[in-house]
Amino acid sequence: MLLTGADIIVECLLEQGADTVFGYPGGAVLNIYDSLYMYSDKIKHVITAHEQGACHAADGFARATGKTGVVIATSGPGATNLTTGLATAYMDSIPLVAITGNVACPSLGLDSFQEVDITGVTMPITKHNFIVKDVNRLADTLRLAFDIAGSGRKGPVLVDIPKDVTAAKCEYTPVKPIEKVGCKINEVEIDKAVELIRSSKRPYVYAGGGIIAADAEDELKNFVELCNAPISCSLMGQGAFDQTSKNYIGMLGMHGTVKAAETLNECDLFIAVGTRFSDRVIGDPTTFANHAKIIHIDIDPAEFNKNITVDCTVKGDIKAVLEILNGKLDKTGERKWTNEILKKDCSEPVQKGTDALPVTPQAVIRKLDELTDGSAVICTEVGQNQMWAAQYYKFKKPRTFVSSGGLGTMGFGLGAALGAKTGCPDKTVVNIAGDGSFAMNLNELITASAHNIPIIEMVINNNVLGMVRQWQRLFYNKHFSQTTLDARHIDYVKLGEAFGIQTFVIEKNEEIEPTLKKALEISKTAPVMIEVRIDRDINVLPMIPAGQPVVNPITEIDLEA
Amino acid sequence: MHEQEYVLSVKVSNNIGVLPRVSGLFARRGYNIKSLNAAETEEPDISRLTIVVSADLRILEQIKNQLAKLYDVHDVKILQDAVTREHILIRAGKSADDRHKIIEIANLYRAKPVDIAADSIMLELTGEPAKIDSFLSLLKPFGIIKMVRSGITALERD
Repeated sequence: MLLTGADIIVECLLEQGADTVFGYPGGAVLNIYDSLYMYSDKIKHVITAHEQGACHAADGFARATGKTGVVIATSGPGATNLTTGLATAYMDSIPLVAITGNVACPSLGLDSFQEVDITGVTMPITKHNFIVKDVNRLADTLRLAFDIAGSGRKGPVLVDIPKDVTAAKCEYTPVKPIEKVGCKINEVEIDKAVELIRSSKRPYVYAGGGIIAADAEDELKNFVELCNAPISCSLMGQGAFDQTSKNYIGMLGMHGTVKAAETLNECDLFIAVGTRFSDRVIGDPTTFANHAKIIHIDIDPAEFNKNITVDCTVKGDIKAVLEILNGKLDKTGERKWTNEILKKDCSEPVQKGTDALPVTPQAVIRKLDELTDGSAVICTEVGQNQMWAAQYYKFKKPRTFVSSGGLGTMGFGLGAALGAKTGCPDKTVVNIAGDGSFAMNLNELITASAHNIPIIEMVINNNVLGMVRQWQRLFYNKHFSQTTLDARHIDYVKLGEAFGIQTFVIEKNEEIEPTLKKALEISKTAPVMIEVRIDRDINVLPMIPAGQPVVNPITEIDLEA
Repeated sequence: MHEQEYVLSVKVSNNIGVLPRVSGLFARRGYNIKSLNAAETEEPDISRLTIVVSADLRILEQIKNQLAKLYDVHDVKILQDAVTREHILIRAGKSADDRHKIIEIANLYRAKPVDIAADSIMLELTGEPAKIDSFLSLLKPFGIIKMVRSGITALERD
C-alpha cells in the first residue's frame, strides 16, 4: 500500500511490537504525530514534560519489560535533549530506538531553524545511528534499527528523519521482525573454562547485567548450584540472582558487602558472567583477585582484557554459554569453603539515625522490601539513594532494579519509573530518590499526574548532595563545597499537592510502616510521593575508595574526626 | 608492553559518516593513528581503510575488537605478510643547479618529474614507506617546498 513516511514509521513500530512510545511533539515531527493521532487506537503515546524524561522513560520501559524502548523527539533542542538519556542507555547496554525529526532535506546543512546534526552529536553515545533521506529506505532502516538495538550487546540506536521524508509517499509492505541468530561459541574456550572450574577449590561467581539482558537467570541459578559457589551481583546485576537464596553474599564493588570483598581475596577462581569489570568494582586493577584465576564470560569480546587481564575468556550469548557449561559440569557436593563463607559473620555496618532524625534509609528500604515481598520494581536516582536501594532491597527477580549504573545519571529515576510502570502496570513501581536527584527532573511529576501513572516517588531527603558530601568529608577536608541544600526550603507536601499528587512525610520510626502501607495502597490507583527525612551524615558503607584495592572496606566514619 | 606500528586493513560500508565513526572511536579511546587511507574497493558498497596504528599487543587487540563492534565495519585484519606502498608528491629545490641534482636522485629512485619550474621541481614516487623516507632524507638538503604523503596502503599476500 502507498503510505506516507510518517505512516510507515508507525507501521514499522507495530511490526516490531512497539505499542507504547514516549515522546514530545514539535515542528519537524508534526507528520509523525499526525500519524500517531490516526493510529492512537493501536499505539499508546506518553508525552512527558521534557524529552530527557521521555528518553529515560523509554529506557525504564525497556529495562523493566525486556522489550526495546521507543522515544520520539523533534529536531534541534528536542533531539539534543535526548542525549543524556541515550548516553545512559548506551553505558548500560539498554535497547532503545530513538526517532528524531529533522528539517527537510533541502534545508539540511544550512543552519536552518531547529536544525542540529544529531547523528553527529550522538555518534559516541549510540550503538549506531542513521539519517534517512529517502522514503524508500525508511522502513528497512527502522527494521534494522530495532535489530541492531536488540541483538548482540544491546544498546540505543537513533534514526533521524527529515520532515519531507515523513511527508513523502512510497509503497509499504509489512515484514516480520528479523529472527535473532546466536553467535558461535568456541569449544576450546568452553573446555578451558570447564577445566578451571573443575580444578577450583574456592570458586566465586560474579554476575552482571548481561545475565538480565540475556534472560539467563535460570541458567545462572543452575550454574551456581552446580558449582556450589558463593555469588555476588554487580550493581547492574541486581536481580540476576535471588538475593534471598543461600549462596548470595551481597553486592561486590565500591559499596559492596564486607563479605564480598573478603571472598574476592580468598577465592582461587573468579567467574565473571555478563559484566564489564567497571572501575567502580575493580578498584585497583593491579591487585584485583590477585590469588585467583579469572574466567570472563561475555557477549562482547571488546570487554575481554580491557580493564582486567583474565586467564580465560568465553565469548557468546550468556544464556547459551551457561547452558553448555551446565551440561558439562557435575554437581559439586558440600564445599567446605562455601560453607565457611556463608557462615562467616563479617560485621556488616548498620545505619544509625540521630535523636532529631532517627529514621534511616536502611530501615525504610528493608520495610519496603518486606511489604512488597521483594518483588516491586525499584528504580533509583544516582548517589547515596541508589546504593542504599541496591544494598537494602532484596531483589529476587531480573528487571526489578532500574538504575543508571554506568553513566550515573542523576534525574534518571523518575522518568525511568514512569516508563517501567507503563510497561508493567501490574507491578508496584517505586523510585527511590535523593533530594538532589529529585530536583533535577521533578518536572516529570507532571507526567505521573497527567497520565495517572501510579508510581511511588520516595524522596530520601537529607538536604545535601549526600554522596558528594561523603567524599568531601573523607577526601576533601570536610569542605562541603556547594553540597548543602538547606536554602532550598522545599515543602514536599505542597509541591506534591501542586501536581495533584498526595504526599506524606516519614520523620519518625513509627511512621515508616503505616506510611509505606498507605502509599502502597494509594499506588494501586494513583501516583503518590513520600518524603523521608534523614540525617545528612548517614553515609554509604561499606566503602572502598576509588582506585584502591578491594580489601578492608571502610565500615565506619568518625564524624568528629 | 612493547609498543610498535601495526597495519590494519579494515573493510567498511561505503557510507557517509563511516570515517567519523572510525576516527571518533580512535580519538575517544585514545588510540594512536599514524596514518589512515580510505578508498573504494572492487565492490562499490565497500571501502577499505588502511590504518597504521602505534600500540602494544593489548591495545592492538582492543582496537581490533572495538572496530569490529562498529556496525559499518565488516572485517578487521591485522596485516602480517603484506605488500605495503605509499605515494608521495614533493616539490623541492631553490635553483636550476638544485634541479639537476634532484633529477639525479630522482633517477636513482625512479621517481617521476611531474611539474618543473625555473628553480624547483615536483616529483612523484611510489614505494615502500622506508624507501619514501630515504628519498625524502636525500631531498631535504635542497629545501622541501611542499609535499604530501598518501599514507600507507596495503594488501596481504596470498
